[in-house]
Amino acid sequence: MATVAVDPRHDYLLRLGDDALVLGQRLSEWCGHGPVLEVDISLANLALDLVGQATLLLNEAGDGDKLAFHRDVLDFGNCLLVEQPNGDFAQTMARHLLYTTWQHMLLERLTRSSDRFLAEFAHKAVKEIAYHRELASEWTIRLGDGTEESARRMAAGLDWCWRFIPELFEVDETVQAAIDAKIAADPREFQEGYRSAIAAVLAEAKLEAPPDQRPIVGGRRGHHSEHLGHLLALMQFLPRTYPDATW
Amino acid sequence: MSGDWPLWEVFVRAKGGLAHRHVGSVHAPDAELALRHARDTYTRRTEGVSLWVVPSATIVASDPDEAGELFEPAESKIYRHPTFYDIPDEVKHI
Repeated sequence: MATVAVDPRHDYLLRLGDDALVLGQRLSEWCGHGPVLEVDISLANLALDLVGQATLLLNEAGDGDKLAFHRDVLDFGNCLLVEQPNGDFAQTMARHLLYTTWQHMLLERLTRSSDRFLAEFAHKAVKEIAYHRELASEWTIRLGDGTEESARRMAAGLDWCWRFIPELFEVDETVQAAIDAKIAADPREFQEGYRSAIAAVLAEAKLEAPPDQRPIVGGRRGHHSEHLGHLLALMQFLPRTYPDATW
Repeated sequence: MSGDWPLWEVFVRAKGGLAHRHVGSVHAPDAELALRHARDTYTRRTEGVSLWVVPSATIVASDPDEAGELFEPAESKIYRHPTFYDIPDEVKHI
């Protein structure tokens, strides 16, 4: 059987890039639909930060546009959490809290990556994501400790997203190889810190942590939920229908 | 929903040494989120290095009906502008 050469750096860049791209695309779906004008602009800003990060990461991994617009579901290495539907505003904030808390802790460590690009990237992105994490925490606290309806919606949003947390801390061969090469950060190092950080936000929000559910993993290997296909169809149709289109 | 939220006036300092300038307003449920909304609405193109938000309700405004007595008397006092005076050529640095 032929073995396929695996370049852990390339795959690691792709995974981080796909996370940012898919979450950025998801958030951009709010544009024009935010609950209020100010929140609409906030969400668009978050989306733009992430699309900017995706551009840097995917261009480092190869031809960014080609990677973003001309790959199919199976080739995407994003985690399942980021492709989950927006739901209501509370579910979007639950997803953003759970992902960006992880991303922020990862980026803090990647600033010390031996890979120069990743270290410089992390140095820039960590400030953007610190803001995302703060904003998502603030909203989680306000909705959780708000009205009966906002607390119910916030709890439901967290409940939806909870089963996708374990995937964030999965270390497969690719990540292990990237850790061994001192390119990647080992997420298991901050798994405890992550748990207590989320618990602290939930406590302030007067919310119970959802019961642990059977984890769902596989996104990093291209096994995605049905939601990613719909997202990609919308995101990719223009460059695929008009391959030389410029704007 | 934003109709339920109080209004906040937003002031931005463009760079160190300059005064904060009023740039507009945002709706927000509390001061902390008002700052974040102000950041996202008014500083996304590197317009500033510092932000103030002030509850609009705390601003005391002059009464437009009193504009005549408040502001018109100044119109006839052009000598209050430094350009009203001729400066002798011997005076430097003015």
